[in-house]
Amino acid sequence: MNTIQKCLEERILIIDGAMGTMIQRYKLEEKDYRGERFKDWHCDVQGNNDLLSITQPAIIESIHKEYLEAGADIIETNTFSSTVIAQADYDMQKIAFEMNLASARVARKAADEYTAKDPSKPRFVAGAIGPLNKTLSLSPDVNNPGFRAVTFDEVADAYTEQIKGLVEGGVDLLLIETIFDTLNAKGAIYAVKKYFRETKQQELPIMISGTITDASGRTLSGQTLEAFYISLSHAKPLSIGLNCALGASEMRPHIEELSQIASCYTSAYPNAGLPNAFGEYDEQPHETAHIIEEWAREGFLNIVGGCCGTTPDHIRHIADEVKKYQPRQLPVLEEIL
Amino acid sequence: MTITLKPYLRLSGLEPLVVRPETNFINVGERTNVTGSKKFARLVREGKYEEALSVARQQVESGAQILDVNMDDALLEGVEAMKTFLNLVQSEPDIAKIPIMIDSSKFEIIEAGLKCVQGRCIVNSISMKEGVEKFIEQAYICKSYGAAVIVMAFDEVGQADTKERKVEICKRAYKILTEDVGYDPQDIIFDPNIFAVATGIEEHNNYAVDFIEGTREIKRLMPLAKVSGGVSNVSFSFRGNDHVREAIHSVFLYHAIRAGMDMGIVNAGQLVVYDEIEPTLRQLCEDVLLNHNNDNNESTEKLINFAETVKAKGKETVKDEAWRNSSVEERLKHSLVNGITDYIDADTEEARIKYPKPLDVIEGPLMNGMNVVGDLFGAGKMFLPQVVKSARVMKKSVAVLTPFIEAEKEERRQAHLTAGTTNEEGAGAAKILLATVKGDVHDIGKNIVGVVLGCNGYDIIDLGVMVSADKILETAARENVDIIGLSGLITPSLDEMVHVAREMKRRGMRQPLLIGGATTSRMHTAVKIAPQYDDGVVHVLDASRSVTVAGSLLSKEQKTDFLDATRKEYNKLKEDFANKRSAKAYLPFPEAQKNKTTLSWSAYKPVKPEFTGSKVFDSIELSELVDFIDWQPFFISWELHGKFPEILSDEKVGREATQLFNDARKLLQQIVDEKWLIPRAVVGFWPAISDNNDTVTLIDHKGVPVKLEFLRQQIKKAPGQPNVSLADFIAPAETGIQDYIGAFSVTIQGIEPHIKRFEAAFDDYSKITLQALADRFAEALAEYMHFKTRKELWGYATSEHLTNEQLIKEEYSGIRPAPGYPACPDHTEKYKLFELLGGEVATGIHLTESLAMYPASSVCGWYFANPESKYFGVGKIEKDQVENYAARKNMPVEEAERWLRPILEYE
Repeated sequence: MNTIQKCLEERILIIDGAMGTMIQRYKLEEKDYRGERFKDWHCDVQGNNDLLSITQPAIIESIHKEYLEAGADIIETNTFSSTVIAQADYDMQKIAFEMNLASARVARKAADEYTAKDPSKPRFVAGAIGPLNKTLSLSPDVNNPGFRAVTFDEVADAYTEQIKGLVEGGVDLLLIETIFDTLNAKGAIYAVKKYFRETKQQELPIMISGTITDASGRTLSGQTLEAFYISLSHAKPLSIGLNCALGASEMRPHIEELSQIASCYTSAYPNAGLPNAFGEYDEQPHETAHIIEEWAREGFLNIVGGCCGTTPDHIRHIADEVKKYQPRQLPVLEEIL
Repeated sequence: MTITLKPYLRLSGLEPLVVRPETNFINVGERTNVTGSKKFARLVREGKYEEALSVARQQVESGAQILDVNMDDALLEGVEAMKTFLNLVQSEPDIAKIPIMIDSSKFEIIEAGLKCVQGRCIVNSISMKEGVEKFIEQAYICKSYGAAVIVMAFDEVGQADTKERKVEICKRAYKILTEDVGYDPQDIIFDPNIFAVATGIEEHNNYAVDFIEGTREIKRLMPLAKVSGGVSNVSFSFRGNDHVREAIHSVFLYHAIRAGMDMGIVNAGQLVVYDEIEPTLRQLCEDVLLNHNNDNNESTEKLINFAETVKAKGKETVKDEAWRNSSVEERLKHSLVNGITDYIDADTEEARIKYPKPLDVIEGPLMNGMNVVGDLFGAGKMFLPQVVKSARVMKKSVAVLTPFIEAEKEERRQAHLTAGTTNEEGAGAAKILLATVKGDVHDIGKNIVGVVLGCNGYDIIDLGVMVSADKILETAARENVDIIGLSGLITPSLDEMVHVAREMKRRGMRQPLLIGGATTSRMHTAVKIAPQYDDGVVHVLDASRSVTVAGSLLSKEQKTDFLDATRKEYNKLKEDFANKRSAKAYLPFPEAQKNKTTLSWSAYKPVKPEFTGSKVFDSIELSELVDFIDWQPFFISWELHGKFPEILSDEKVGREATQLFNDARKLLQQIVDEKWLIPRAVVGFWPAISDNNDTVTLIDHKGVPVKLEFLRQQIKKAPGQPNVSLADFIAPAETGIQDYIGAFSVTIQGIEPHIKRFEAAFDDYSKITLQALADRFAEALAEYMHFKTRKELWGYATSEHLTNEQLIKEEYSGIRPAPGYPACPDHTEKYKLFELLGGEVATGIHLTESLAMYPASSVCGWYFANPESKYFGVGKIEKDQVENYAARKNMPVEEAERWLRPILEYE
């Protein structure tokens, strides 16, 4: 089977679209989220999408398959919030590890099924590592700017457990995504490096995807795109890119900049436009795909897909548009000044 | 298209720092280091992190590209101090924009620091002094946080002192880091140890050479690695003699940078330019540093002897008059640069006779001298008070020449008349119009900008204060000015500036518009003013920036780029503003009212004031006020930032600050002795109750109820934190308690004739000092009256004993908030305040249409005696409160919005 590095040399790879948007279509209720196992759980768990990998694995598997069917080369595990820190909202800290394991296995199964159907197009599973609901660079208390709600060690520990679950569940890649605070991502990278060094395993490729929150071109924690990239370059990632917060048309200048400065592959998975007054995304699949086609033509891209509001239809349109173009070539790294 | 990427050292704070070969030398700010800065160490030890942050900010402002942070002090909990400080730095974008160098000899402090910073840091430092194993372990840890590392040339044997040892250790460390740990070569920075020379011990004489030659060899063998060092070590033997030390540093860097040194920990503000060091001293420094002619410490002895003479000279009080023997051009330059007026008339006259035309004197030696002043100021080597003194010399000299220039002009005119030809005088210097906008009376800052721009050769048209848009724009058109600059200090002036900008567009004007003054900001300019006018709006932070801005705007080559860049920056700010504004949560106004400050009224017994109604105090002596003066703002008005009195001994600006302070004390004494200024105060007290919401009702001396309306914080607070309004500090009617409220106004009259006199003498320096002192007197009088109020007039704190410093820190009981300021941001409540105090007749203060007070040196406010009362800012408010407030004030909502615009949460 071809490695992901080999595939990236040959073509633009497609990453899947939104998981949450697809889950919404099932109109699940509290009891569906709880399933049999958590029917007596002491607090509400509706909205804890990551739990569904344990209680409704068939739904998650079928969403993965819809994306694979649409042409996704990479699918993301349903683990955006599967950390002890994020699961505290549902008092499910103790189940965080299991969520990662279960989600990785569901995705692995779906991907392997499609690889078997067409071995010339291998499918990859990226373990999704989300940004946490507590941040290391920002104080939640305006009157006390030096205060932090969480420590670096707590963040690194939470991620270490998540990484362990994902790796044991069989993922191919680790995707640190929707980064709005670079220091949280540094915590995740620290955890990855330490985990593989201590378990003496071959390190899995790291994908990094940051979030530019608005037209200022900066992350929520205040960094410019280049500063963000430099701050995380020690991860020696397979790819660096952007996702969420912006639609494709708003994301364009940033992807262009990144394609100029990144020594690794680039990725982009924008939202389906900006949300309307009801918080819904109305950008149509052909519209998103039309914008992204131009990026591919300009040579900005190696990996592309969708974030909030995107559907298998979006992914299908995007895959159709970009397949005619060559992927972005990796920059030549000079060895002298 | 294939992109190539170079192996540069790339660091980041909020912004990137890429070290390219053309980056030249990188200054690492050294003042945020407790081992190097006594001041910083004291601030951290005392937990004064706010002030410690300002040290960091100064470093960034004075050009530091990386910030070195060191908390290695025996009295400090180093890990905690490092964490606290770095977390706070992260919340200050002005500082956090540059990368951090985490500096400690304790690795646990370094690692604690690495856990706080999102950007790519430098670790300073690791070494092999405790063996290779530990070195590798620490390097791995640094790498897992993504930090670049400084490796000190130190191994198990000790610190490397010779070139050979330095190179050998660095080579060994490089091999380990690149081959075993996996460091990229460009992320390795060596510190090959800078040691003191001229210590008297001959073995030390070659230390600088060892560093310089070691650096050269290290860079030859490992070209991607960097070299850094702590520069001030080298001159350690000359501590206490900054003049010599600065020269040594410059000469050392000159050679070390040529050998390949990339960065260094230095006090950037204190470096002298290599070329400007007096040749004798420079030669002596070269000899000592390069170890030339230094057998038996010969060169060292020479430099030490020279240093002694410099030291002695510093103490001499006799003026050095040697410069009087130089050419007239040199003498004029010397007078200009040093602000000496003693000889300017005679020297100017001598030059006038020497040159063919009087104008040649201005365009020749005088402009040359002022260019030197401008350059030194631009390079941070001269400070504002010095520049203003230079301007005084310039103006005096021009005054000598003017009659002759006029006579020549007249001659030419007559000649043209006889010959029947037309007279075309040259276009002359670029013209800049300056004005304080309508309704505002403050002009110290504007005057300083005028002087500084004047010094840089611009023709300044200063329309003064309270100037209408119409007058500004008409004058601009008539005089064909090149730039218009607006100034303002109070918030309503912001609207007036928007108005001027809109008018400029309507009239189709093309001049760039500069915005300055204490109340203005880049954000306000970007969001409100710039969108009104398309031909360039630029916010100018202070006088020193005005020169570069004017220069860019008047240069054909730079103007378009500069305006484009500014426009882009402002658009970005505007977008940020639009995007960020909804980030904070606000309460519906009724909920904010419900979450008021809860005071326990049952235990509260208000003190009855000595009198009710108002009383005029017009026989206060200036001498009584001197002790109440807070000097710090005085220095700030001169753009000398720092705490008083520490600023007088500040390393960078101390000398200038001391000179300024001495001049000011002298003028102050004269003002007091000759009674130039007249203090006048009015204080009043009235029975008052609150309605338990935001209205305070008092009964005036005629028995008529007067309603005072206050605004309430509306931002959603943390649980347990109230939404404060000043009305909370007055007892609600339902408690049955008879409470009181007070008010005061103070003013300093009589400044005008003295201003006129200084203007006539071209003495901007004394004029601005006088204005600044009058402001200090007004503040001192407000402090004095508040003191008297607490002790006698209201008498609620009769046993108070506070030092002046405690007064300045407002450690007293009760508050005196001013309408138009954060706790009660509506200026229009001043109408009621002045009415209660007896109007213009009693107070001696005139209110302009923007509710600025004239004389400008005036202060007014309310008195609250409740011990729980405290200063706060109302912050932003929502429409529901504005509507409620307008209804209470019987004012159209639009009008209330106009006055409250700066604090509106909505558009």
